[in-house]
This record gives sequence, C-alpha cells and structure tokens, in this order.
Amino acid sequence: MKKISKKDELDLYYSILRIRRIEEKIAKEYVNWKIRCPVHLSIGQEAIGAPLKKLFKSCKDEVVSGHRAHSHYLGKGGDLKKFICELYGKKNGSSGGKAGSMHLTDKKSGFILSSAIVGNSIPIGVGLAYSKRIKKEKGIVLIFFGDAAVETGVFFESLNFAILKKLPVIFICENNFYSVYSNMKYRQPQNRKISEMVKGIGIKTLKSNGNDPIKVFNTYCKAKDYVEELKKPIFLEFETFRHYEHCGFLKDDHLNYRKKSEINYWLKNDCLKKLQTKVNKKKLIFFEKKINKEIETAFSFAKKSKFPRNSESRKKLYA
Amino acid sequence: MPKKRIITFAEAINEGLRFSLLKNENLICFGLGVGDPKEVFGTTKNLQKQFGDQRVFDIPTSENAMTGIAIGCAINRCPVVMTHQRLDFSLLAFDQIINNAAKIFYMFNGQFTVPITLRLIVGKGWGQGPTHAQSLQSLFAHIPGLKVVMPSNPNDAKNMLIQSIKDPNPVIYIEHRWLHDQKGHVEKGFNSKKIGKANLLMKGNDITIVSNSFMTTEALIAAKILRSNGIYADLIDLCSIKPLDEKAILKSVKKTRRLIVLDDGHDFLSIASEIISIVTIKQFNNLKISPKKITMPNFPVPTGYSLTKNFYPGHKDVIKYCQNIFDKNIRYDNFSKKNFHDIPHVRFKGPF
Ligand SMILES: Cc1ncc(C[n+]2csc(CCOP(=O)(O)OP(=O)(O)O)c2C)c(N)n1
Ligand SMILES: [Mg+2]
Repeated sequence: MKKISKKDELDLYYSILRIRRIEEKIAKEYVNWKIRCPVHLSIGQEAIGAPLKKLFKSCKDEVVSGHRAHSHYLGKGGDLKKFICELYGKKNGSSGGKAGSMHLTDKKSGFILSSAIVGNSIPIGVGLAYSKRIKKEKGIVLIFFGDAAVETGVFFESLNFAILKKLPVIFICENNFYSVYSNMKYRQPQNRKISEMVKGIGIKTLKSNGNDPIKVFNTYCKAKDYVEELKKPIFLEFETFRHYEHCGFLKDDHLNYRKKSEINYWLKNDCLKKLQTKVNKKKLIFFEKKINKEIETAFSFAKKSKFPRNSESRKKLYA
Repeated sequence: MPKKRIITFAEAINEGLRFSLLKNENLICFGLGVGDPKEVFGTTKNLQKQFGDQRVFDIPTSENAMTGIAIGCAINRCPVVMTHQRLDFSLLAFDQIINNAAKIFYMFNGQFTVPITLRLIVGKGWGQGPTHAQSLQSLFAHIPGLKVVMPSNPNDAKNMLIQSIKDPNPVIYIEHRWLHDQKGHVEKGFNSKKIGKANLLMKGNDITIVSNSFMTTEALIAAKILRSNGIYADLIDLCSIKPLDEKAILKSVKKTRRLIVLDDGHDFLSIASEIISIVTIKQFNNLKISPKKITMPNFPVPTGYSLTKNFYPGHKDVIKYCQNIFDKNIRYDNFSKKNFHDIPHVRFKGPF
C-alpha cells in the first residue's frame, strides 16, 4: 500500500486549502446576486475530495457525485475557470451555463457528472464501471453521496448489482449526519452504523474520520488496493460536518437544528486545522498567495465572460 | 359584508392542513422538511407541535417507498398528505403512483379507496434548472384514476386542499413556488371547494382566456391590460385539470368564439393542447380563428440566467396575440416592475 510521504502531506494540505478558499470565495461573491443558482458548499468536508487527483490520477478513474459536489470536482482536477463560469451561467461554463452548480462535469479530468436528485447518480457510476468491463478499460469508479442517499431504494439496487458483478467501484458515503435540517435520528435507526449495515449485504466496508486528511488518504489507498487486487467493489463511510447552511452562502446555526456542542466538536476537528501543524509558516503564506491568485484570475475571467446567447437554450436536445 | 382576511398562499395551505388534521384524526401528513425549521416554506408550520410526530413527520429520503407506505395507510382508511418540495422528487415514485395509487380502486372493482394527496411544489427561477423546475401536470393528468388540481389563489389553495384530502381518490395537488408569497382573502373555517369546477375570474365577450396555477397570475395581468384597451376577456381559471370543467370552457367559447390557453407545461401534449382539442372537436364551427397555446417550449428549463430569459411565457404573449387578432396597438412594456426575470418579486433572494 502507498504510504503517505511528506510531499503528499503538503499536497494534501494545499488541495484542501484550495477547495476551502474557492468555496469561501463563492460564498463571498454570492451576495452580489450574480451567481443565480443554488449552491451546496463543501466547506468542512474538503478532506474527502482533496486527495482524488493524487490517488486517482488517470482520467480513466472516474467520479460521479451528488448535489454537494464542488470538492469532488475540484479535488479530481476539474477545471476551475469552467466551474466558476458555470456558476455564473456563462458561455465558458462546463456545460455552457445550462447545468449550474448542481450538475457539474469535466470529462477530461475524469469527473463525469454530478446530479441534484438524491441517489440518482449512484447507478450511473455502477453503469460506468460495467461499461469498463465490456470495453476492457482500466480504472476505478468513485461514487460520492451523502448519508441521505443511503435511504433511497436505488442505493441498495445499485450496490447489489455492483457486488453481484464484482465491479471496480468505490462507494463513498460522506456522512455529515444531516439531510438539510434533519438529523440522522429522524431518518435511520439510531444505533445502526451505515457501514455496518452495508457490510451485511456482502461488500467490504471501511469507516474513517472524514475530517482527518491522513486517515482519509490512507483509507483511499486501502480501498484502491482492495479493488485492484480482489476485483471487487468496496464501500467507505467518512464521518464529517458541513460548516455552512445546506444550500446557500450563509451559516445557519442560529436555527438550532444542530447542537452547539456538536458544532464546536467538529469545528475544533476541522480538516484544515488537522494538517496545519505539518506546514510551516512560509509555505502557508506561499500557498495562500498562489491560491488567491488562481481564484482571482478565475473569478475575473468568469465575470468578464459572455453569457450564452438565449438561442443556445434550445440547442443540443437530441444528439 | 364580513371583513376580508388577507393571508398568503402558504398560510392558506397551512390552515387547510390544520383543519383537515383536526377534522380527521386518522389523517397523516409527511414529507421531507415537514417538521424542520423552515416547515416547507411555512406550509406545515406548527403542525407537528399541534398534532404530534406520529401524525406529522419528516421522512427518510425514500420517496418511492414512502408513497407506497402512504397508499398502504390510505387503503386502511388513514388518509395521507405527502409533500414534495419539488415536483421532480415525486418522479422517484412513479411506480407507486401509477401502478398502485391510480389502479387499486379500479382493479379491485371498488373494494379499496386510496385517499392520498400528493402536494407537489413546482420550482421556477434562480437557476432551479432542468431537474428542479419541471411542471409535469400533463404526465399526471394522462393517468386514468388520478385527479390533478392546480389552485391559483390562497382561498382556493386552502379549500381545494381540504377537498383533495376528503376525496377518496388519489389527488395530485400542484402548487407553484411563486404563488406561496401571494396574498389574498381566505375564508375562515373548514370549507371546501368542489374539484372539477373552474373559476370565472373576469367576464367579457371578446375572447376566452383559460389558465391555471401561476399562469393565472399572468393571465390576470393580460386580461386587465386588454380591458383597458377595450378588449374584454372571459378569464377561466381551471383550478382542476382533471376532472376538467369542459362545460365552462365550451360555454365561454360559444360566446367569444376566440380562445387562448395558458399552461406552464411543455407545449407538446400540454394541458393547453388537450383543451384546444376538446374545443375544436366540439365547437369547430363556432371558432372565428384558430385557438392559441401559450406554453413552455419543448426543451428542458436551463439553469443559466441568460438562457432562461424568454423561457417562461406570460402576459406579454397574450397581449402580442391579441394585438394581432384584434389589430390593435397595446402597450405592455412598463407593466412589470421587476428588473430580473428569474425571481417572483423584488424581495426574493435565492436560492429557493
Ligand atoms: C430524491 C430527492 N429528494 C429530495 C431532494 C431534496 N434534497 C436535496 S439535498 C437533500 C439532502 C441530502 O442529504 P445528504 O444526502 O445527507 O447530503 P448532504 O446535503 O448532507 O451533503 C435533499 C433532501 C432531492 N434533491 N432529491
Ligand atoms: Mg448529509
């Protein structure tokens, strides 16, 4: 198994920091009401998307995700300018402005698609994996979803097929304990762990602290080895926490749907803080500068970009 | 005359639910967000507090199973109101809706009734996009065994919801997100409004305008502009798509001999298409000119701001058509005070 090196740690920190700063910039810009589509920010959960490019470099390693997909898109190496343009509904966006934040894609980087309907991209990922077998293609498919997707029927149906056909899939449940304002306890039996329940249907599962970047990194490494060597799918559960509201650019802790102690616990265990000690001050300043420059360039590019002509809306309905 | 009681569409729905829950102690109300701090845009406000979490509750993200569970409750005479914050989420339950809810009464020859009400909220604007803004009333109305209602004002929202819940059949209750903040007079108490009866909102001899749900807001604007230009329209607000108040439409067209139908579904096989087909078949000789459909285009709602401009038809399209057929120049440009086409009113801030 790949062991995390000093360089990996730095890269990982950089990747997390970059996603964090991009998401914060989106939140900051949102109040200008120029980003006119719903956004589900990944702030707090970046450690799970951050190592994708490093560990699943090939564009044959493919990712699908759900509504909270920014960190997976960016982590896999999705184009930043195209992403920001898509948020602004601009012509240069990854889908020419037709799709918005909830439906991202960047085929070149291996980020295939994300979808706004809970659970809806899970079988798409399994289908991608099956097609690899037919086409004798290399690569692993990573399927990201939240704790609520585990409540859909299609989740079980998709897992069943992937297990049955021994497909090269890593299922990744980003468990942040909430679906919008609903705690898990209103949706799933209280003492049942997702990973343990899933194990019962015949798939290996690993569970880890999703806020600990090194643990997340190592879990991915194990999963990759497992899928490649045993030619079987695997299921990962990462526990984590979102800092902002479910959908939008604000914090909503005044609504009291999450306990203060819970919020404080997770903020104290923030993924960025966890790695901070491994990076020296000079490096940190350098990172911030580099990231800031990249972000400013991307945002000013997006703001200056043209809107697609209205007539584009009727194009590409059929192939 | 009693003093008018002005409340919002969302508050009216809340009242309808509250009165129904009071009236029938077997009634159950569930859906994603029903008990959360936002309480489905205020429509389920305080219901869980008042009626407890056995009867009013948030659910797992299991739309398909929960619809089947609603049907199971319903055939044992526990009626259910299930809410979807977007119509698009109900699509996960098409099997249960079409193969069970719509079939059980007929197939078992009337031995079970299925009193469920599915509240489907149609999104619009602020980048809701292809999967969060679908107006699929035609899909539901196509299925024998389902009733489909689309109220356009707070009073009807309340009274038709009460009637939908009382109805022994599955009722698809479609509410447009842009209506939630609209205000109007709402009668006190437990009233109901018959499903299948349209409102005649304005009277005139020159043209018949038929609309539903949020399109009635647009139709009203148009009809008023027309009136100030000497063109008088019968404005029929359908309220119910299925059953359809054919009689009201035919009676009006017989008088006006001209017809416009507004519907915010995609044009092909839209409710507008069906109404025009009925009128053409039954009153071919009465029509002075071919009827007009004002509908959404035959492609998905895109997300981006510039792409959604002109996507949604509205009052301007009615006026343009009337300018043509009545050969009149009518001003309408300054009527709309909004600067942005993708929000219902200036106070609205995304993302919902
Ligand atoms: C089928 C379906 N039902 C409901 C919704 C509304 N919705 C959007 S995101 C969301 C919460 C999902 O929670 P989770 O999967 O835990 O992801 P998280 O937001 O916590 O990242 C819900 C209910 C939806 N998009 N699709
Ligand atoms: Mg969650």
